[in-house]
Amino acid sequence: MRQLVVLSGKGGTGKTSITASFATLSKDALVVADCDVDAPDLHFLLAPEIQEEHPFVASGLPEIDGRKCIACGRCIQFCRFDAIYFDYQIDDIACEGCGLCAHVCPEAAITMRPKVSGHWYESMTAYGPMVHARLDFGEGNSGKLVTQVKEQGRKIAEASNRHLLLIDGPAGTGCPVIAALSGATEALLVAEPSISGLHDLKKIVAVCRHFDVPVGICINRHDIDSTYTECIQSMADMESIPVVGHVPYDENVTWAQLEGQTIVNYDEGPAATAIRTLWAALSNGELEAT
Amino acid sequence: MSVIACASGKGGTGKTTVATNLARLLSANAEVHLLDCDVEGPNDHLFFDFDPTEQEPVEVPLPKVDLERCDGCGVCSDACTFNAISVLGEKVLVFPELCHSCGVCAYVCPRDAVSEEPRTIGVLTHASEGTMIFTGGELFPGEPLAPPIIQAVKKTISPGNITLIDAAPGTSCPTVEAIHGADFCVLVTEPTAFGLGDLQMAVGMGRRLGVPLGIVINRCNLGDDRVEAYCHEEALPILARFPLDLDLARCYARGALVVDHSEDWRDRFRQLGNAIKHGLKGGG
Repeated sequence: MRQLVVLSGKGGTGKTSITASFATLSKDALVVADCDVDAPDLHFLLAPEIQEEHPFVASGLPEIDGRKCIACGRCIQFCRFDAIYFDYQIDDIACEGCGLCAHVCPEAAITMRPKVSGHWYESMTAYGPMVHARLDFGEGNSGKLVTQVKEQGRKIAEASNRHLLLIDGPAGTGCPVIAALSGATEALLVAEPSISGLHDLKKIVAVCRHFDVPVGICINRHDIDSTYTECIQSMADMESIPVVGHVPYDENVTWAQLEGQTIVNYDEGPAATAIRTLWAALSNGELEAT
Repeated sequence: MSVIACASGKGGTGKTTVATNLARLLSANAEVHLLDCDVEGPNDHLFFDFDPTEQEPVEVPLPKVDLERCDGCGVCSDACTFNAISVLGEKVLVFPELCHSCGVCAYVCPRDAVSEEPRTIGVLTHASEGTMIFTGGELFPGEPLAPPIIQAVKKTISPGNITLIDAAPGTSCPTVEAIHGADFCVLVTEPTAFGLGDLQMAVGMGRRLGVPLGIVINRCNLGDDRVEAYCHEEALPILARFPLDLDLARCYARGALVVDHSEDWRDRFRQLGNAIKHGLKGGG
């Protein structure tokens, strides 16, 4: 099965608008997974109807039994995340759930209790199945939740004979990005022509290379700055990366979003046309072949 | 003196623009320390002429197993909640990318066979320009864990300065790590569906951390009033409304600071600075 992940390094380059357009154009031939679990936006454009909701439990949170605790301070002393206060209250944001406190407690007063830190959903959209999630405010373990969403997407695709899992990835290069990238057969990198855009694009290219995933680049709003569009093009040439799409700046992408629509459903303007062309190339497996 | 963080749920809303221009403007009258805590995509340094710069590695402890002492009992791998160490017959495999450096494996080993050695996962950059000091963190590509780098950047905060923190987008560990303990947090958003959805998550995170919040609505003329209405409902102070502006976009694209080029923008950032000062005093 093809697993196409849309990434960017830098946030706000247009990953979600482009991914949602692909899902719309695919005519029910794929499963889409929103793996940007701490800032999920795909649902605003694809209007999923939630069919199943599941709690996400990734780690445990220590619970200290006040009757057994002798206030010896060992747990506070050993914790490397400063997650236990001097009054033996747990800082549930700082705690990583490693359980060292429970091991060091001489009175066995600490038990690790499972903690729900978000939810994930199996849904249906007008264009096919969608898996998405929402991490609770300020929670960790986003990488594990990404893996969960992606795995479920893959299972649904397999069971329903769809041959493509389309993944809307998170910004950055850290653990949720690596989780979204693992197992991917190809990555589309959406870049913005600016000094920051170029800098972050180089980083995400390095990450994809590190995990051996073939990449293609789409330059979004390419007409905003021709100098940096050329810089991205020459960087791509040097790295032998195909530039598979040039999407022009189009204010209607924003107006479509405000109405909860993808640009390809909203109009047939310059951005919609460019995204259609890009999808025609990608759905033929252009990246995989490179 | 005070630590001010710039964050946003959604990426690309203008955090870096706000943090860098504010740093430049405030450094005219005070010592400013700018911290780039967006360590997965650090860009602040692109907007200044720092020279010379100095780099230092950021290290985290990683378990090392002495196979002479290890008898393959597997207690370490049972105790590790991150699946970062596993015992296969006489071999012990450590997966550095999964390890959170919590130290459980070394503690529980009954034969004292697990020690820890430092592993480099990124770098800190120190630089300065006039009255501005800069510290930036960078996570190496392929490395998953940003929080240790962010902690290292934040350890350089010294009292007496105005500290500005540029945080990573999102509402998960790296963002939390960056704004935790700040005196004030500016959330930069845009008046769109994505902007509002991600702002709601960022506000939830900020409130959970107990950090006072203020909102900057960027590209305020490209969208509708849903963010304004939300801020009103939630009693969140709107510190500034920045229009979509070609001068700003051009400066940003080329790595220039708009406050160096435009009197209008200097005024806007001056007003933002004042609104933050007001917010710091608990007025917001």
